[in-house]
Order: sequence, then C-alpha cells, then structure tokens
Amino acid sequence: MDTITMEQEKDTAEKKTKGKQMVSGSDALILSLLEEKVDTIFGYPGGQIMPIYDALYNYQDKIRHILVRHEQGAAHAAQAYAQTSGKTGVCFATSGPGATNLITGIANAYGDSIPVVFITGQVPSSLLGSDAFQETDVVGLSMPVTKWNYQVTRASEIPQALAKAFIVANTGRKGPVLIDITKNAQNEEFLFEYERFPKIRSYNPFPQLDMEKVKEAAGLINNSRKPMMFVGHGALLSNAEKEVIQLSEKAGIPAACTLLGLTAFPADHPNYVGMLGMHGNFGPNVKTNESDLIIAVGMRFDDRVTGDLKRYASKAKVVHIEIDAAELDKNVKTTVAIHSDARSAVNALLPYIEFNQHQEWFEEFRACDKKEFDEVIKRECYPSSGKIMMGEIVRKLAEKTNGQAIVTTDVGQQQMIAARYYKHVCPNNFITSGGLGTMGFGLPAAIGAKIGAPGKEVVMIAGDGGFQMTMQEMGTIIQAGIAIKMMVFNNNFLGMVRQWQDMFFEKRYSETHMSTPEFVSIANAYGIRGEKVTEREQLDGALSRMLDCKESYILEIMVENEANIFPMVEPGASVADIRLK
Amino acid sequence: MEREFTIMAYSENKVGLLSRITIIFTRRHINIESLTVSESEVKGVHRFTIVVRTTEENVIKMVRQIEKLVDVLMASYYHEDEIIFQEIALYKVPTRALAHGSGVEQLIRDNNARILTVEPDYVVIEKTGHSDETLELYKKLEPFGILQFNRSGRIAVTKQIKELSHYLKELDQLSSFSIV
Repeated sequence: MDTITMEQEKDTAEKKTKGKQMVSGSDALILSLLEEKVDTIFGYPGGQIMPIYDALYNYQDKIRHILVRHEQGAAHAAQAYAQTSGKTGVCFATSGPGATNLITGIANAYGDSIPVVFITGQVPSSLLGSDAFQETDVVGLSMPVTKWNYQVTRASEIPQALAKAFIVANTGRKGPVLIDITKNAQNEEFLFEYERFPKIRSYNPFPQLDMEKVKEAAGLINNSRKPMMFVGHGALLSNAEKEVIQLSEKAGIPAACTLLGLTAFPADHPNYVGMLGMHGNFGPNVKTNESDLIIAVGMRFDDRVTGDLKRYASKAKVVHIEIDAAELDKNVKTTVAIHSDARSAVNALLPYIEFNQHQEWFEEFRACDKKEFDEVIKRECYPSSGKIMMGEIVRKLAEKTNGQAIVTTDVGQQQMIAARYYKHVCPNNFITSGGLGTMGFGLPAAIGAKIGAPGKEVVMIAGDGGFQMTMQEMGTIIQAGIAIKMMVFNNNFLGMVRQWQDMFFEKRYSETHMSTPEFVSIANAYGIRGEKVTEREQLDGALSRMLDCKESYILEIMVENEANIFPMVEPGASVADIRLK
Repeated sequence: MEREFTIMAYSENKVGLLSRITIIFTRRHINIESLTVSESEVKGVHRFTIVVRTTEENVIKMVRQIEKLVDVLMASYYHEDEIIFQEIALYKVPTRALAHGSGVEQLIRDNNARILTVEPDYVVIEKTGHSDETLELYKKLEPFGILQFNRSGRIAVTKQIKELSHYLKELDQLSSFSIV
C-alpha cells in the first residue's frame, strides 16, 4: 500500500493553499469587491455590519466610502452612480432598520433595471429566526424587488456569492441584488480565493439572436408607411445609442423616447419626435394610434406609456426588441418579438434595412409640434407675466448648460417638466425615478451621479415636497466634498397630487398644501450657499451664479402654485385622447 | 376563459426559491390549488409541480416570470391531457367502521384503495388518483365517520419525450460569460 510521506503531505497542502490566504469573512468581502474593481461604496454602518466596516478601514486608499445620512440615500446614490459611471453600484447597510431603510432604494433600482449590489449585515446565524435585536428577514423582504438575493451564513461562501452577485446584477436585464451576511460569517476566517463564475447553469443572460425574426422585422420596417421607433432604457443599458440613430436615419423612422430612454436619442436630432407617455409630447402619443409599425427598442410598454391598452397602437404591427423574455407580449401583443439586448438586435437589423425617408409622415409630427408649442410650450416656457413657471426655468437651464449637465430629478411635476424641457443630448445625462416613482430620489441621486461622473456638472431638480424627504443628504454633500447644484421648485404644494385633485377630485385639495422652511437657510447651516428667487427678473442671474459657483449651491425658486402639466393622457384614457389643456 | 393548468418548474436546490416562485402568483392574486416540490430525476435539480386555475394568457406570463428567476432552469405549463398525474389521499376512519359487514371493505376494493394500518381505534386507508376520485371515496366513507383526511398536491410527469437531462445538456453547451 502506498503511503503518503510528510513531504508529500506538505506539498499537497501547499498546492491547496497556493494563491490563497487566511482571512476573515469581512476581509474576504472587501477583497472580493476589489477583485470586481469596486472603488466606491455608499453606506451607513451599524452593529451587525461593524466587522465589515472595520475591514474597510484598512482599504481606505483603495475604496472610497460615502457616508450618507439615511440608508435610502445610499441606495439612490449607488443607483445613480451606476448610471453615470457605467459600473455596478455598491451599497452597505446594517441589519434591521438599516436593511429596511434600503428597501425603497432597492425597489427603485429594480423598477429601473439598475445594477447595484447591496450588502447588509445580519445577526449571527445562531440567532436567525429568533427575533433578535435588529433582526429582520431582509432576504424575504427584498425578494420581490431584487433580481437575486442570498444570505451568507459561512465566511467561505462570500467570494462565490459576490462573484455571482456581480454577474447577475450587471448582465441580461440588469438589476439590484442583495447579499445578507451574518455576523459570524463576517468574523470567521477561511482560505480566501476569488474566482469569477465562468457560467451559471440556470442563468443565461445572452440569448441567441433569432435571425429569422430579425429578417422578418426588417421586412416589416421596409414595407411600413408610417413607422415609429420607441427608444427605451434598454438602449442606454446596452449602449445602443449609435445603433438606434443609424436605424432611424437609414429607414427614415421618427424616434420617440420613454422617460428613462430620454437620453438614448438626442433631442436635437431631426428624427426625434419627443417623449412618450402620460406627460409626453403630443405628437408621439397621438401618432401611436396612426402608426402602422412600432419598433420598440429596449422598452416595456409601461402603463404610463400606453394608457388604455385596449385602445393602444390600434393600427400598428409591433416589433419588440427586449432582453427580458417575460416582457415580450406581456402588455402589448407583438407581431415579431426579438429576445435580445437592444444593441445586438439593432446591429443585426441594420444590414437588412432599406433606405427610406417617410417625409410626409415626419411632417405630420411637425404639425403636432407646432400645435403643442402654441397651446402648451409657449405659455409654459416663454411667459412674460405672472409667477415664474417651471418650464421657463428648465428651458433657461438647458440653454445655459447646452444640455451638457447631468440632471437628476425628484418625482412629480418638476420631474415631468425637466423631462419635457431639458435638452437631452448626452447619453445617461438624465437620472430620474421611472418605474417606482420615488419622491426623495433627486438629491441622493445627484450625489451618486456626481461621484460617478466627477467631471460633469450635476444639477438636481426637486419640488418642495420631495426635497424635504431626503434633504438631510446635504450633510453627505459637504462631508464628501462634492459640488452639487440644487434647484428646488417651490409651489407650496405636492404639485402632481394637487393637479390630480384639481382635474379629477373637484379641486378638493386634501393634504397637498405644504408649508416649507427657508431652504436656503437650512443649506447655509450645512455650509452650502444659495439664494431664493421670487421674481422672474432674478432668475437669469441666479442661474448663472449657481452654475458659476465652484461649490455646491442651492436655488429655491418660488413658482406658480397651481400650474398643471400638459399635455396629459388621463388615467385610463387612450394615448390618442391626450389633452393639451 | 379560466381553466386548470399544471406548471412544472425545474430549479437548483436553493433556499428561498419557493417564496420567489409563489410571489409570482400571489402578486397577481392567483390562488395556488396544489403545490408539490421534490427532487427530480436529475440529482440536485428540484421540481415544482403547481396547479392553478387561470387564463392561458396569464399562465404564459407567469411561466415566463418563473423561468426568468435566477436559479430556475426551466418552466413550462401543461393542459390536463398533456400529462399523467396523481395525488395521494389518506383517510383515517374508526376501526368499528370495518366491523359487522358495513361494506367498507368492499368500498376499499371497488375504489382501488388499500389499508395501510389497522389499530384498535382507527384504520388508515390510502388511495391514489385524481382529486375527483379521492373526493368520491371521501364522500363514500363519510357516513362511517372520518377522523382525519389529508390529500397531497399533484405530482405529474409529461407525455412529451424530451427529458430534463437533454435540456440540461443543451444548457451546458451554451457559451460561458464573455464579460469576465
């Protein structure tokens, strides 16, 4: 019988441990993040994640941690960071309330398909299920709003869990994942080695492109008389901006964007016809029901885009390009469904597309533009009397920045105004909460956006309601030493809810009037300069001073209290019945 | 039109997956009529057999949502005539029900049921079959007194030829991640 000598034993042990080192779970987590080239983390420490924060202390030269004032802020900031940097966002929080405070931000990232890896601390595994202090089942809580989540109870699971988390978050239909790590797993030591997943058997984010369907779609496009292209967030997420322009130009297709797709097609391009949806432009909404072919690129026919589905795109065949197979035929019945990321599919389509112009069809959109300008935009963006209108502020901001600034918004009327009137010419320059519609998103998103794109001007647009939900993050701005321009449109109302009360609840303004503090004074207390604008004549100078300031700056602008945002597709109405007043 | 569908999903054996799958039904307010989870013919791969009543349009959407879950290998749905399925029912009745020519013994024979155990106080009868068959025996035994009744979820195999192992081979042949 062969015997193993001491030398052989030593050899085997050395081979086993080659490239490995004995580290704690917490160190393993940080080392794994470094392997994934993570250089920024947004978070908030607490009892059950302290070992991880302790390990982080040793890597301050490699990883920057942004200490927020509330975990929701960390989640939104990590999301916006991902959107402007193109990387996967990372966010830390402790167990219990730390983890539950993240949920809104996780749900927001899920709604908008943004890759963020959330790491939460958890009570020791011996206490799991015992209602221990600050124990919540965050894995259970986050299940409906994460693409994948996992609870780590042993340190040795950390590298694999992290490797899988990064792949899942940033491939296919991107989205948030959550890894919950028990305290004992953070403290245990094991032989660390990091290996990326070569594949996950049950997860295939790269569907094979069906060329028969591509050719079928090209045939429909070539034979269409009134085609429209709907460009969604998927175009940005797959970097298909150039390809969608090429398709639009080659086939002469009017292109409209969804709210989250806004920067995927330049607003100053002659083929651009506007934004789709409830507060989108008149032309693309009305013409949806006259079009004979819709080419939907990386969008999901959200109810805010479609209005009444029974009366939607009534004359159109539909080509739907979408990475998430579950979205195909979910809301709108497609003629040709192409299961693919936007870039691959449009690239595959282009060689089969014939040159076309559709001049008369384009002119129909221009007639709509004129009508919308005369009936809506003129009074919203070019008023000469009365109180300041939100539209004129955003128009001036767009002119002064030439569309080069990253704009983050909160949710509500100001969001729709920013979407409608900012000059969207740079990809990923518009960061907003689409799917979930989260008030309080604007300010923390601005922080993440600035850290993700430090060379760019970042301007936040928020209402007085949303700003008050997360304005404590001004503390984060100061501590992180970053320059954010904050614009608060103050109408002393929860504007969008008030608009609905005005239009659909007989002006019964139930709990929508809001008294506000002196925002500039509050900002001053944080060490941020700013000014309050009450008159139209002050606006231009104030905007210039804000943009010229090298540091953070706040502009509180008192705007028309009871202005309504038009056009509007009423809830339950057809897109063809969009109202101009 | 609502009708009965049997959904079969194959997954890796992971904690929490059952919740992720059931959320897909509950958020659409669809009741799960029966649910069985067990290991499949492939080691390490688990199989969910779920019976729901809904429209075909809905079941298609839900199956796609199940299939897109990370850790789910495949999911599909079947009409009743596309599968062979069974349930198992256990009936606990008083032992005296068998006495004095009550006809229970004949009932058991006629219904292809069998006695699992006879105790001084009770007898346990087992029957496999479709739910209407097990329910029918329940009704017949009811006059004799039923102390306990329990019916399992549906288990099913498909009539199609392609086996899971073939599908898994196809999955294995798919290219690995190019992003790493």
